[in-house]
Amino acid sequence: MILDALLALAILALAAWTVWTRDAFAAGIGFVATGLLLALAWVRLGSVDVALTEAAIGAGIGGVLLVNAATHLGTTAEEAPPSPRQNRLIALLCAGFAVAVGTALLTLPDPAPNLVHEAAAALPATGLGNPVTAVLMVWRGLDTLLEAIVVLLAVLGLWALAPEGATRPAPPPREEGPLPLLARVLPPIGVVIALHIVWAGADGPGGKFQGGAILAAMWVLAWMAGLVRAPEVMDRRLAWALVAGPLVFLGVGVAGLVLAGEFLALPAGWAKPVILLIEAPLTLSIAAGLALLLLGPPERAP
Amino acid sequence: MTAVFTGVCVAAGLLFLAAGTAGLLRFPDAATRLHALTKADGLGLGLIVLGLLPQMPGVAAALKLLAIWGLVLLAGATIGPLLARHATEREP
Repeated sequence: MILDALLALAILALAAWTVWTRDAFAAGIGFVATGLLLALAWVRLGSVDVALTEAAIGAGIGGVLLVNAATHLGTTAEEAPPSPRQNRLIALLCAGFAVAVGTALLTLPDPAPNLVHEAAAALPATGLGNPVTAVLMVWRGLDTLLEAIVVLLAVLGLWALAPEGATRPAPPPREEGPLPLLARVLPPIGVVIALHIVWAGADGPGGKFQGGAILAAMWVLAWMAGLVRAPEVMDRRLAWALVAGPLVFLGVGVAGLVLAGEFLALPAGWAKPVILLIEAPLTLSIAAGLALLLLGPPERAP
Repeated sequence: MTAVFTGVCVAAGLLFLAAGTAGLLRFPDAATRLHALTKADGLGLGLIVLGLLPQMPGVAAALKLLAIWGLVLLAGATIGPLLARHATEREP
């Protein structure tokens, strides 16, 4: 109880520090640390699935993207600070948002409406052991399909920033010493853990987004160490890796329309194998998409 | 007997973690701070893992604990020099 209170206080303090600090790079690091503490809080609340996602996607990929952006922007000190009037407006809007969310949460009926019992009762029909995966793949498949497509759209948006004639992301600065060693030792372990997390997602905490994020991190680590080259954006194999997951998912959705009478409906008794059929290419697509987001926009060959 | 072993090891590990944190807060520059942090944390976590080993239900769980310690050591040994170089490039 005391430990939980300390954890909550630490999250609030770190979040406040992250907002207050003037150095964009330091704020990015603060965001990562806040995310890791948040993951601990989710574990304490018994939501290990959310904790894994927060650690891998929120703190991990999101944090690296923010730190990356901060180093590209330089420190905020070079820019003109917002005027007092702008500051007041920002504060007012943020406070208004916080009040709106707080009011919505506090006015929920007690007990809050939930579908936990219905979900638990229907779980055996899916052949899955993890109710979170059942929600994501069976009952709310459309949301998951759109999430996978959002990753693809984000990559397209990033590539739209590329100058004319750009071929591939610029190579990272040359690294020697510990990083290339880590990039040789860690990926075999990381790939096994990532695949385990995807596979375990059927019956326990885990899933394709978390596993895909770890796969992406392993590849980006090897790229940072100069062990692998970034793919050319026009590479056919890259395009297939990116669209394989959403394409198979859409295909299964249309097949459901024909075989089971509804878009994304899974034929009875076949739910689990079909979900595995979707998740394998989807993991690949998510990993490729997240890795490309971390690499940044393609640039012209020097 | 194993409870005493666990208690002593975990307490010693916490001591090292506290010492490392004190070093991080009190030492004068980035290199000494990183030295205090990575060395003391590696040792502190190692002692905690060692103390928890007899409490594990099986060999697989014990191996997982050791794997966690190994990965943290690997991360610390890599991140330490990288951060140190970044810091020296920033403030020569």
